[in-house]
Amino acid sequence: MADHVSYEDSVKGVYKGLILLAIVTLVEVGFSLFGKGHILGGEALSDYTWFIYLIGIILIGLSLYKAYFIVYEFMHMGYEVKGLAASVLLPLVLLVWALVAFFQEGNAWKQNRETVQERNEMGAEKYEQSGQTYDLSTGTGEE
Amino acid sequence: MPAEDILVEEEQVEKFNDWSGGDDKPFRVSYGKLMMWYFLLSDAFTFAGFLIAYGTLRFSSASWPVPDVVFSTFPGGLHDLPLIFVTVMSFILIVSSATMVRAVQEGHRENKRGVVFWMLLTVIGGAGFLGCQAWEWNNLINKENMTVSRNPFGSHVANGVYLDENGQPGGETFEAGDTYLLHRADLRSEMTEMELMALESHGEGHEGDHAEEHLVLDAFPADFPDKYVDEDGFIMRKFQVTDGAQAGTTARQEYGPKAFGALFFGITGFHGFHVFSGVVFLLIILINAGSGVYERRENGYEMVEKIGLYWHFVDLVWVFVFLVFYLL
Repeated sequence: MADHVSYEDSVKGVYKGLILLAIVTLVEVGFSLFGKGHILGGEALSDYTWFIYLIGIILIGLSLYKAYFIVYEFMHMGYEVKGLAASVLLPLVLLVWALVAFFQEGNAWKQNRETVQERNEMGAEKYEQSGQTYDLSTGTGEE
Repeated sequence: MPAEDILVEEEQVEKFNDWSGGDDKPFRVSYGKLMMWYFLLSDAFTFAGFLIAYGTLRFSSASWPVPDVVFSTFPGGLHDLPLIFVTVMSFILIVSSATMVRAVQEGHRENKRGVVFWMLLTVIGGAGFLGCQAWEWNNLINKENMTVSRNPFGSHVANGVYLDENGQPGGETFEAGDTYLLHRADLRSEMTEMELMALESHGEGHEGDHAEEHLVLDAFPADFPDKYVDEDGFIMRKFQVTDGAQAGTTARQEYGPKAFGALFFGITGFHGFHVFSGVVFLLIILINAGSGVYERRENGYEMVEKIGLYWHFVDLVWVFVFLVFYLL
């Protein structure tokens, strides 16, 4: 695959990479179906929040490994100058903040929706009497 | 001495007027490859924005359709095969990525026949993936009635039991988080004579799991003890909630989160568009390679390398689309 190995070895490397990616994909699908309770008795565990989170983290980890392999081997990034890899990959770190900020926001919307639904079901007056002071504009409050 | 000074100055001026950059390449790659990397970086941000939007809306919804229920059909009328078809699609894309690497390798050896052969396999892989996606979309749109603004895949938010034909809680229970598909009833006036005859011979009102699929009515909306049919003909089964604050009340199935359809068609469509344009560019470069354009350039088929970068990126994006839409 790289210039520093022989042609025969680099051809072998491609097929090894192909098999590796296929196996990782199969393992991912297996974990996903296990997590949803389709195979191997995952049903009993799928009610636990920690189990769903654990499966999620495993799936994300395996996908990131696949991404790393495609970029570094198939796209040859591992054999380029370090500066090139840094200038392409480091900006992606910005996405970490995007993930944190937006998912936090999504959760806040969910809480607001639940509050709105609760108010609709109880009726506004009763809601005030119940002593809950959830502020829709800031998403903060107490019960 | 003064004459020498002038000579040096002229040399300097000439050097500064040369804007070609000479042989010094930034990061020791050609201009084309470097710019392809930066284009891919910007494209990665676009896809990341879409996928983060999906995550945000999913986090903000009380319920979300479970993907292994939504994507469980397989060509040939097979059902209840969760994620199998998209796994096949993933394999097709991974294999086409590997054949692309082989094409690039043959390019480095200046082997024209090898480049053409492996690129042809890559094109076939890309076209195969597009065909699979077309089948998946057709199934969702025409069989399962999903559109950009309507999502018939709903999810229960509490445990409960479905009502039977008399409006009493029956034996069929469900749990919070279970996903269902709203089926569509047919209007008698919109059916062809052939369909009506087929219906007569089957006999109406037969029992079974798929009884609601064959519901034929004279008008929408319609109300029954065990189900409600809305103005678009979607059958919403009634149920009794058995736990939580609403325990004991009767409710009926609803549409799922509206954003699901737009997100699915938007994001997989954007990826599919990348695959499609990739196939077009692969074909152009394949024809150029075959006609000897790159052979004459004697630069190790660099153009094949550049389209290779793009093609691997399409595979890379699929890794994350696969993760976000199907696995999680």
